[in-house]
Amino acid sequence: MEYVLIIITAIFVNNIVLAQFLGICPFLGVSKKVETALGMGAAVIFVMVLATTVTWLVQTYILGPLGLDFLRTLAFILIIAGLVQMVEIILKKIAPALYQALGIFLPLITTNCAVLGIALLTIQNGYDLGKSVVFATATAIGFTFALVLFAGIREQMETSDIPEGLKGTPIALITAGLLAMAFMGFSGLV
Amino acid sequence: MNQWKNFTKGLIKENPILVLVLGTCPTLAVTTSAVNGLGMGLATTFVLVMSNIFISLLKNLISDNIRIPAYIVIIAAFVTIIDLVMQAYLPDIHESLGIFIPLIVVNCIVLGRAEAFANKNNVLSSTVDGLGMGLGFALALTVMGSIREILGSLSIFGYKFAEGDGILIFVLAPGAFIVFGFLMAIAQKLIKKK
Repeated sequence: MEYVLIIITAIFVNNIVLAQFLGICPFLGVSKKVETALGMGAAVIFVMVLATTVTWLVQTYILGPLGLDFLRTLAFILIIAGLVQMVEIILKKIAPALYQALGIFLPLITTNCAVLGIALLTIQNGYDLGKSVVFATATAIGFTFALVLFAGIREQMETSDIPEGLKGTPIALITAGLLAMAFMGFSGLV
Repeated sequence: MNQWKNFTKGLIKENPILVLVLGTCPTLAVTTSAVNGLGMGLATTFVLVMSNIFISLLKNLISDNIRIPAYIVIIAAFVTIIDLVMQAYLPDIHESLGIFIPLIVVNCIVLGRAEAFANKNNVLSSTVDGLGMGLGFALALTVMGSIREILGSLSIFGYKFAEGDGILIFVLAPGAFIVFGFLMAIAQKLIKKK
């Protein structure tokens, strides 16, 4: 039951993009087409789950016992950067098709604050390994969900008549605001 | 004269948030009040100036192939410093900014200036550039925080100027997106006029 609660909260109520404002850069940057949004979403799910698992292990078995908590930010960002690089090399070798699909999105993920954010949040929330993995997976699914929804709206918007000053990013932000308002409807769920 | 230009470009013409659209996550998340916006802006300014100084000092020692990880380590070190300092001396603001202080590490503005400016210019120019960009960031954040605080809770810098509740939506998540969208539209309009 606790796992179900974590999943629903992470996807709908506390949606990472629309309620917690993490990962806004890719949310605005790669949301012009549903197809690219799906690609980015898949890459984020993959990296976020992997990164959260590794950082949790490092925090619990290395940083925590040695009293090196102040190195957390530094260690985590290096782990994520290294991990992304490694995933890229491995994918290129063993799954070229998947690499083709995710390729351009992978390097962008290092600077996606959602990945570092979730790694830090799981530690702050004091989750155990199982909960951390579920939390990371659900959050990444929530990210993909918001991204694909938003891309769908932006595809429709391409043909509409928008006032000169609002063209581009401003109208995208206002649209995101309305989407966030819709998501607030979920807040009574949990 | 040249240094003055380096300084002012970050404030208006190349404002990191409103024109370059970098570092949007903290912009949206922490601007629920003017004080939070200012605190976040100044913390980021500190990291920007210090990392610009060190990167420009070390630019000849760092090999080109590993420069990005090297920059990230330098930036993360200063983020950790400001995180600990704020925890000690400004516990209230530290509490309300929460996870967004460690996340300055992945703020694209800091790495962006390192890559675009500090690794090509001398220490003085880099310091001035970091200061200008940082204050431009702080300015935009404070303006946005003020607007949201005025509309959302009828107060400014914590000082309540009218009775009542205000339009709650502006303090909540959707308000952040909407205020940011309109601010950016105004900025675009003003810049095009010039």
